[in-house]
Amino acid sequence: MASRLRIKDHIRESRTFNERAAIALALVIIMMIVILARLVYLQIISHEHYTTLAEDNRVSIVPVPPTRGLIYDRNGTILAQNLPAFSLEIVPERITNIEETIRELSEILEINDDHLKRFKKQLQQKSAFRSIPLRTHLNDVEVARFAANRHHFPGVEIEARLVRDYPYSHLTAHVIGYVGRININELKKVDASNYSATHHIGKLGVEKFYEDSLHGAVGFKNIETNVVGRTIRTLEQTPPLPGKDLFLTLDIELQQAANKALGKHRGAVIAIDPRNGEVLAMVSKPSYDPNPFVVGIDTKSYRALQEDIDKPLFNRTLKGQYPPGSTIKPLIGLAGLEKGISTTNNSIYCPGWFSLKGDDHKYRDWKKSGHGTTTLEKAIVESCDVFFYDLSLNLGIDAMSDYLSHFGLGKKTAIDLPGELAGILPSSHWKRQKKGLPWYTGETLISGIGQGYNLTTPLQLASATATLASRGLYSRPHIVKAFGTGTDSEPLPAVLDQENRHDIASNENWEYMVNSMVKVVHGVRGTARSISEGVSFKIAGKTGTAQVFGIKQDEKYVAEDIAERLRDHALFVAFAPADKPEIAIAVIVENGGSGGAVAAPVARTVIDEYMASKTRS
Amino acid sequence: MKTRNHEYTQWGERRQSRMFVRGLHLDVPLLLGIIILSTIGLVILYSASGQNDAIIIRQLMRLALAFTVMLIVAQISPHHIQLWAPWVFGTGLLLLAAVLLFGEEGKGAQRWLDLGFFRFQPSEIMKLAVPVMVAWYFADNPAPPSLKNILIAALLIIAPVLLIAKQPDLGTSLLIASSGVFVLLLSGIRWKHVSVFILLIATSAPLLWFNLHAYQKARVMTFLNPENDPLGAGYHIIQSKIAIGSGGLYGKGWLNGTQSHLEFLPERTTDFIFSVFSEEFGFIGIFCLLILYLFIVVRGLYIATQAQSTFTRLLGGSLILTFFVYTFVNIGMVSGLLPVVGLPLPLVSYGGTSMVTMMAGFGVLMSIHTHRRLLSN
Repeated sequence: MASRLRIKDHIRESRTFNERAAIALALVIIMMIVILARLVYLQIISHEHYTTLAEDNRVSIVPVPPTRGLIYDRNGTILAQNLPAFSLEIVPERITNIEETIRELSEILEINDDHLKRFKKQLQQKSAFRSIPLRTHLNDVEVARFAANRHHFPGVEIEARLVRDYPYSHLTAHVIGYVGRININELKKVDASNYSATHHIGKLGVEKFYEDSLHGAVGFKNIETNVVGRTIRTLEQTPPLPGKDLFLTLDIELQQAANKALGKHRGAVIAIDPRNGEVLAMVSKPSYDPNPFVVGIDTKSYRALQEDIDKPLFNRTLKGQYPPGSTIKPLIGLAGLEKGISTTNNSIYCPGWFSLKGDDHKYRDWKKSGHGTTTLEKAIVESCDVFFYDLSLNLGIDAMSDYLSHFGLGKKTAIDLPGELAGILPSSHWKRQKKGLPWYTGETLISGIGQGYNLTTPLQLASATATLASRGLYSRPHIVKAFGTGTDSEPLPAVLDQENRHDIASNENWEYMVNSMVKVVHGVRGTARSISEGVSFKIAGKTGTAQVFGIKQDEKYVAEDIAERLRDHALFVAFAPADKPEIAIAVIVENGGSGGAVAAPVARTVIDEYMASKTRS
Repeated sequence: MKTRNHEYTQWGERRQSRMFVRGLHLDVPLLLGIIILSTIGLVILYSASGQNDAIIIRQLMRLALAFTVMLIVAQISPHHIQLWAPWVFGTGLLLLAAVLLFGEEGKGAQRWLDLGFFRFQPSEIMKLAVPVMVAWYFADNPAPPSLKNILIAALLIIAPVLLIAKQPDLGTSLLIASSGVFVLLLSGIRWKHVSVFILLIATSAPLLWFNLHAYQKARVMTFLNPENDPLGAGYHIIQSKIAIGSGGLYGKGWLNGTQSHLEFLPERTTDFIFSVFSEEFGFIGIFCLLILYLFIVVRGLYIATQAQSTFTRLLGGSLILTFFVYTFVNIGMVSGLLPVVGLPLPLVSYGGTSMVTMMAGFGVLMSIHTHRRLLSN
């Protein structure tokens, strides 16, 4: 009621309003100052912090993989190359529902369980921002089909990648090995940042041993991306440093000849240039196609390879340990000469067996009727066992072992390939250490003919033969001849390890032994005389057989009666030309039976091819 | 003589042109401020939209519409506005109720009313109708208002505010509430009452919190600690702060803002356009922009103080202060001072109806200023 009586005082109201408006203006200015203070804080005080954040938003560093070095044979034939191939890759980070995306992709592209399995394995191992291939080797139709639907699949891209390819497939698999997808353990061993863009790493062979040289150095690209990660432009880049090319000592034609000469047999052939240790051919048979391993071999095929009774994945040249058999005889013969136990003249009588005093065990000769009066030369040419039973008995196991070690038996040759085994060069010390048992004299006898505990790899045999051929010059066997950095620069020669061991035998003894070995091939009674036909130069060789199982006493050995896989391994070592050797070879034919009949012709073929290619060039 | 004559004619021309503008009921300083601001808006929108001509043309058409509306409103004398106030307010209230009953959903909120030929937001009407109504109520009551008058005024404010908050549109409802509250404060309400009012708000705040929608709560929580949820709710504000902060003193230059052009900044043509401006023009650019806003606010307040009736004074003051609150809330929001409530930057942000309402408000201010003498006559 009172308010009704109140009269509006316009002047007072106007003054009140002006007061309030002034207060409002003051508040407006205060709030403006608050905003300005906030902006000073954001734009001036914290400017650097926010600039960094803006740059982090905008710029991503993308590693660029280096191109892997190529591998050539000694004549420049390409053995490992990089071919472009299209793969379908997924960046998990950019996809909300991977299962759903894959399901949709499977409607336009073939995606099977193997692809999925491999993808999921990598999905667990890799960071979410790294792209993971779902399919590799897309054909043109598939690429086109995906391209047409691409807008449905953000985070899925077709990538053109270089994929390692081995044009000679089986032929070089055991030498070159292959590259495969890097796994977590391998990533721990390498510089992870250098491998940040690399998907493959050398798993075996040259690819593994020379991984560092072949890989090169990673490059980087600073790219500007928008909020969904699409590249807007490249800001700057450090180009990758391509891996070095490798020139192998291998001659692919010789390799092919050796492979062909082995035919359907399982076995190994190694040819080395005795002048410098260059491995000219290195065949392990059977072999496998390394190319599926590059993209990831499917489980079924892999299991088939693993379970194959012929063991195609097994590299016989480096890991196959065989008794050297009679191929060891020239070395033991040299030991006898050098230690003065036998001379070039003295002889023994071989009745076809040998026995120790006070022991009625008969150590048999391969020739039941015996070789009769036998000199060292005859013992080599005809491979008389009894002569070497006698010689090794006189030498004793430790002197024998000591001498043979000069030829590299019982230890790794240190070839530039991974996985080599050392074989066994038995001695009394070795037996005590490994078996905890004393050495028995009988074991000396069978060691003297390369049986018993003796085990050598084909590579060791070839290397020992090369040392013999060069009359004591030891060159470490090696497979890489030179490094190249790109196609235009001169290859750099690999470091050559050489050691002169002329003192392990006198000149006369070398020549005597080489001469005896020449007669193995060229002599009328030589065990390898079958390969001498039509040779214009001299080949020195030695046959051998390695027992797969022991023959019981008084049991006749008939090759045909025994199942093929229980047959003896046939061995042959050779070098040519005998006076100035250029090639030294070791051949092992598993279950081949006779060294002279089966292994020697393989060596002859390789030597022929070597000589032929020499005249061709 | 010549010079005098010359001066005279010049004065006459100026007078003539002034008469012309006066005839159109336009206030030149205010008009200039608005034109400069909307031009800056177009320039920055061109950059923020990724140089999209279509968006610029659409914005130009909206501006043309908004200026037309302003021109029309400026012709209506405050006297008529005062007469119509209860009717406009009543209709607005009915429409708001209709929205809740038959409204169309858009972006998860019920704000639109479809009249068949035309869709609009009744809350826009209320932006003007609430201050008009409250000013109307106080026009004939002597100041300072009694408690009873204050309570009735509060009811006039709260009814539409609750209806809009229910839609839900928290930003608009708070702004409309503040436009009403400005009338109350300007009317000369006693400071005693003001403090009681503030106390009431403080005690009802927890109550309000429990009635908020989940997304509104999330916005407040995100405001309090945006780094908690950098990829979700906090993403907007983090990216906005990066844009502003990386702009520095001089900015990255027009069309060179990486945060906006590479699309890291969300809503960059609408609510977050200030961040684009800050990124590209830096602190110096912002300083100039704020001076321009301040100029408009000062001119508006000046118009209010020059007004001749209680109704026009209160209405003018409330409208210009609400304009400032818009500006402050938007800048405060994108710079991380206030929660993200989804308000555009007046006259700069791209988009629709709120610009037209804003310009209608300026039309009212111009009408207040240009109808003075007509009233006194």
